[in-house]
This record gives sequence, structure tokens and C-alpha cells, in this order.
Amino acid sequence: MTVIELDRATIKLGGRVILNDTSLTIGQGEFIGVLGPNGAGKTTLMRAILGLVPVSSGAIRVFDKSPRRGNRQIGYLPQVRTVLPDLGIRGLDFVASSVHGERWGVPSLTHADRAMIEAMLGAVGAGELSRRPLSKMSGGERQRLLLAQALLGEPRLLLLDEPLISLDYHYQEAVIELVRRLARERNMTVLFSAHELNQLIGALDRVLYLGNGRAALGTIDEVVTTPVLSELYGTDINVVRADGQIFVLSRGRSVEHSDHAHGGHHHDHGHA
Amino acid sequence: MAAITTITAMLDYDFMQNAFAAAGIAAVVSGLVGYFLVLRGQTFAGHALGHIGFAGATGAVLLGVAPIWGLVGLTVAAGVAMGALGERISGRDVAIGVVLALALGFGLLFLHYYTAFATQATALLFGNVLAVDRSTIATLLGLAVVTLGGLAAIMRPLIFASLQPELAEAKGVPLNFISIAFLVIVALAVSESAQIVGILLVFALMVGPPATAQRLVTGLWGGLALSAVLALAEAWLGLVIAYYTDWPVSFCIATLSALGYFLASGADLTFATHRTDIS
Repeated sequence: MTVIELDRATIKLGGRVILNDTSLTIGQGEFIGVLGPNGAGKTTLMRAILGLVPVSSGAIRVFDKSPRRGNRQIGYLPQVRTVLPDLGIRGLDFVASSVHGERWGVPSLTHADRAMIEAMLGAVGAGELSRRPLSKMSGGERQRLLLAQALLGEPRLLLLDEPLISLDYHYQEAVIELVRRLARERNMTVLFSAHELNQLIGALDRVLYLGNGRAALGTIDEVVTTPVLSELYGTDINVVRADGQIFVLSRGRSVEHSDHAHGGHHHDHGHA
Repeated sequence: MAAITTITAMLDYDFMQNAFAAAGIAAVVSGLVGYFLVLRGQTFAGHALGHIGFAGATGAVLLGVAPIWGLVGLTVAAGVAMGALGERISGRDVAIGVVLALALGFGLLFLHYYTAFATQATALLFGNVLAVDRSTIATLLGLAVVTLGGLAAIMRPLIFASLQPELAEAKGVPLNFISIAFLVIVALAVSESAQIVGILLVFALMVGPPATAQRLVTGLWGGLALSAVLALAEAWLGLVIAYYTDWPVSFCIATLSALGYFLASGADLTFATHRTDIS
């Protein structure tokens, strides 16, 4: 069954072509690693799937329908751009804000909602964050809250935009493992964007590389090759395989690590 | 018993009864609305609305209208404008600062043409709760019902949009509408608060108590309730202190508000240090 279909889709953002005349299909239960240089449109593609960015030509279909905001079948972990002020609100209420958060009126949290949230926090190893105020959480701990929240309500499609940012290394592995396991158990489709390919190699079914307005979707062997990536990055790329790892190099330097340097995200001080 | 007798004695005066009623209404509204102002990190916008209200109030006096309606009219208009600019303005403290200075300047200009009322200016800037009459209380009560009704109507998406705007947008929350509606609610609350503590000290009721509450309580409902209770306690206690000391009421309320905030921050710091020690 097709979950996401791009049919000759072109997406523009502020006059710049993010994705040009791209066609691809992603099926139920697939784990797709979304990679590519900064600004390649990983976030924009997810926002288009959510119905927040329109296509300028062609079509996107999600579960055989045009994308629309508020689709309950989609779980979403946004890349956090909003820097929260010094908030004294606890983790439970933060996550609870998203439960039917689009409805009018005064919020209410049923016992069932609360139990569901606490169970999900427990599942991502963040049970103790339920009572802790956001102002006393590290970037990594907040990221865990967001992950738990994205998984609430049993979505069939999970869009994770840079979920590994500000997590320390061994917790990154744990997150990939957890998402992989839940995706298998629930036959959930996952789009997982990241900077670093190697960590995802064991988890992903296919990889979607974006760059230069183009997209390449396929297995690692099909996509992560010198000619394909050179075209996407618009520069001479060398793909080197060594010791089960894949290194994407541009003039001898890893493109992934040079991307990281621009991130400027907080480090994890938590005890993962 | 002695305390109760003196309070009853104090309440024998009509102006004190009115002051308690007006301060109580404004404090509860400010405490509740202010909680969301702090949650959204928009306290400066609230402050700016107060200054803009000054121009509205003095302009109304010049036109022969009751100052409160000028205050409400111009703050609501400014709230809509600021809300419509949305995200773009939240980072623009300088733009807000320039506009509020301009508004204050206009207020001064209007006063200049209405020289007869120097006390009016002081009342607007620093509040004059002891001069509140019955009809003002009725107006405050009506505004309070509208303000809190509006807040209750948008509360759920407001919290979602404040805490997680990206996700709220994806889930279909109309961020722009929420932003505008909320600042209109803030404008109304500012207009009420300005009656009690004045335009310059709106922070005393709208920011002090909610910021204190957020430092002490992490739950949403607990924080909201504490914020309202603190605002009410500070407003009423301020009145009592002012009655016995003859100091200005607004000074007493502002002092209590600051005291509460710094005590809570101190407690929070001690707690944090203690926690680090164990971990």
C-alpha cells in the first residue's frame, strides 16, 4: 500500500525551487532515512506532506489523499526552532497540550489521556520527565518529550525531523532502535531525517537523498554512490566504504560533519 | 480578632469597599491572562500595550469620552495589529520599544492640550484605585467577564500554539487567529489592570504573580490558580498596607509583586543547587 506519493511534484519556497518535478512512492511500513545537505529541503518536504507547504505543480498524495493539516494518521516531531523561554511547566502538561490541542475551549486531561502519555514517556525512557519543569531539562531531554509526543495516538506515518539533534551518542542509538522496533510492531512508515548516514544503516529500508532540487530514493547501494551524490550535492563527491561504514567526502572532508558544525544546537547534559 | 475588627473598620468606608472590589476583579483577570503572557514570552508586548493605552486614555479625555474607553479602544487596536504581525514582531523588541515611546509621547501631547487635568495624568500612569466608583466597578466586571470568557474559549489551542507552534500549525491550529485573539484579551486585561496600578505598573499584576507562580508550581492548572491567588493577595494586601501607611497603593502592590518574584526565584535557586548536590 502506498503511503506517500509524489507525482511530478515541484515545491518552491520563497521563489527557490526545493524539489523539482519529482516522482516517488513510499509504502506502508518502510523506514526511510532522509539525508542531504543543509537547506536541501528535508524539512520542507515533511511540511509539504503535512499540508503546510503547497506544491507549485504536480501532486503529493498522503494515504491517497491531498495533504491536509490536522491529519491524525501522521505523527510529527518538528525540528525545534522556537526557543522556549524559561518555562516552569512540567513535561506532562507540555505533551498534554498536543492531545486534542486544536479543539476550542478549556483543556481537560482524562485519566486515560494521562496514562497514555505516561506510558509513552516511559517507552522512550523519559518517565521521570513527566513531573520535571521544562526549564530544568536539557536539550536532549526535551527531544525525548517530543519523540514521545510524536508517537501518541498510534500514527501510521511518522515524520521525524532531525530527532537525533542534541542527543548524546548512545541515546541516539537507543532512539533509532526504539523507532525501528515500534515501526515494525505497528507497521508504521517512518521518514527519519538525519545528518549522519552510518548510524541509520542498520535501521533503514531505503534512503531518500535530497539536494539541488532533486531527490534520489533507493537502497543505500543504489543511492549512496559517487555519481548520484555528486549530482545531488552539485560538487565532486567521493563515496568511500570502509569497515561497514560509508563516508561521503567532498574534497577529502566529510560532508556530514561540516553540516553538523552549522547546527549550533545545545548539547545534552542529561543522564541518558 | 483585632485584625478582623480593623479590616471591618476599613470596609466601613465606601471608597475602600470599591477599591477592594475593583482591585480584586483586576487582579484575578491579570493573574490569569498574565500566566499566558509569561508562557508565551510576550511580557514586553503586554508592557507596550499599557503605554499605547496611555495615548488612548488621554486622547479620550481630550475628546470628552471616559478614559477607560480610549484605553480599551486603542489597546485592542494595537493588540490586533501586533497579533497580525505575529511571529515577526515577537523578536522585535526594538520596534515595540519605539512604538511604545511614541505612544507615550502622543499621550503627553494630548495632555498638553488638556492642561486642566494634571491629576488625570498621574491617575493614568500610576493608577488611582481609591477613586473608583460603583459604575467603574460595573464596567470592570463586564470587561472581566468578556476577557475571561474569551480566554476560556481559546485556551486549549492557545496553550498548544504557545508551547509548540510548529506542531500546532501542523495539527490545524490557526496560529495567526490565536495570536490576534490573545493580544486582544491581553489588551482588555491591561485596560483593567491600568485602572488599579496604572499604565506604568501593569507588570506588577500581569507579570509578577504569574512569573512567581511558574517558579513555584509546574502544573498548568496549579500554576494558573496560584497566579490568580497571588495577584489577588498582593492587590488586597497592598490596599491594606496603603490604608495604614498612607503610601500610594500602586507602590505597595508593585513592591509585594517584586518581593514575591524574588523570593520565589531565591527558593527556586536553592532548590536547584540542592538537587545538583544529590545527583
